[in-house]
Amino acid sequence: MTINDIKNILDCEVLCGDEYFNKEVHTACGSDMMSDVLAYVKDQSILLTGLVNAQVIRTADMMDMLCIVFVRGKKPDQDMIALANERQIALMSTSHRMFTACGLLWENGLRGGAYLE
Amino acid sequence: MNTIKLHYIVDGDDFTRAGEASASVKKTLRQLGIDPNIIRKVAIALYEGEINMVIHAHGGEIKIEISPTSIDMLLKDKGKGIENIELAMQEGYSTAPDEVRSLGFGAGMGLSNMKKNTDSMIIDSTVNVGTTVHMIINI
Repeated sequence: MTINDIKNILDCEVLCGDEYFNKEVHTACGSDMMSDVLAYVKDQSILLTGLVNAQVIRTADMMDMLCIVFVRGKKPDQDMIALANERQIALMSTSHRMFTACGLLWENGLRGGAYLE
Repeated sequence: MNTIKLHYIVDGDDFTRAGEASASVKKTLRQLGIDPNIIRKVAIALYEGEINMVIHAHGGEIKIEISPTSIDMLLKDKGKGIENIELAMQEGYSTAPDEVRSLGFGAGMGLSNMKKNTDSMIIDSTVNVGTTVHMIINI
C-alpha cells in the first residue's frame, strides 16, 4: 500500500509531506518508546506513535522512515513540522488510538517485520 | 578517498537538538556514497550515543574519522561516568530518570544496541570524571 492508502484507512489529517504519498509502504511499527524503535525496527517505512517531540522525527530519520502517524489526535508543533520537512518525512495525525490504528492497517495487509535477534 | 575528519560539540542542555550531529554524519556518509546498510548502523550507534551524552552527561564532543576501510567514532563526555559497565550493557538496565522515559528513551537498550551495530566498541569510564566510547564500523 502507499502512504496515501494509509491516510485513507486511518482517516488522517495531513500535516506535511503529501509529495511523498505515492511511495510504497511494506511494513510499519507502532511504539511510544524510541529506544525500542532504534533497537528492533528494520526497514520499516511508517512509525505510529503517541509520543510528540523532536526525537520522534530524528529517530524516524535515522531509521530511514518515510512517514509518521501520530495517534489519539496528537499533533506536533511548527518546529517539529519544519524538522520533518527538512528530513523529507511526511506527518499525519489520526484520531484512532494506537491499538485500533495498528489493527486497521493490519486488516488491510500491512505487516510488522520487526524481529528480535 | 582520503580520511575525512568531523568534529561536533553536543549541547547537553537542549534535548530537542540531540541527534543533530548524527544526522549530519549520516548526510555526509550518504554524499560519499557509502553502502546504506553501513550508514544505518552508523546512524543507530551514533544517535544512541549522542542521546546518552545528553541524557546522562550534559553533552560532550564527537570525533568521526571516515577512511576507505572504516568509520571510527569517538564520543567523549565529562559526565558522572558509568559505575558498572557490564551491568550498563545489559538490555533493559537503565539509570535514566522517569523524565527521560517520558521522552521515549531510557529503556536500557542504548549501549547494547550500539554494540550490536558496531564491529568494535570500547567503553572507558571513570565515576565523576566522564566516559569515552570508541566505536568502529568496518566498511
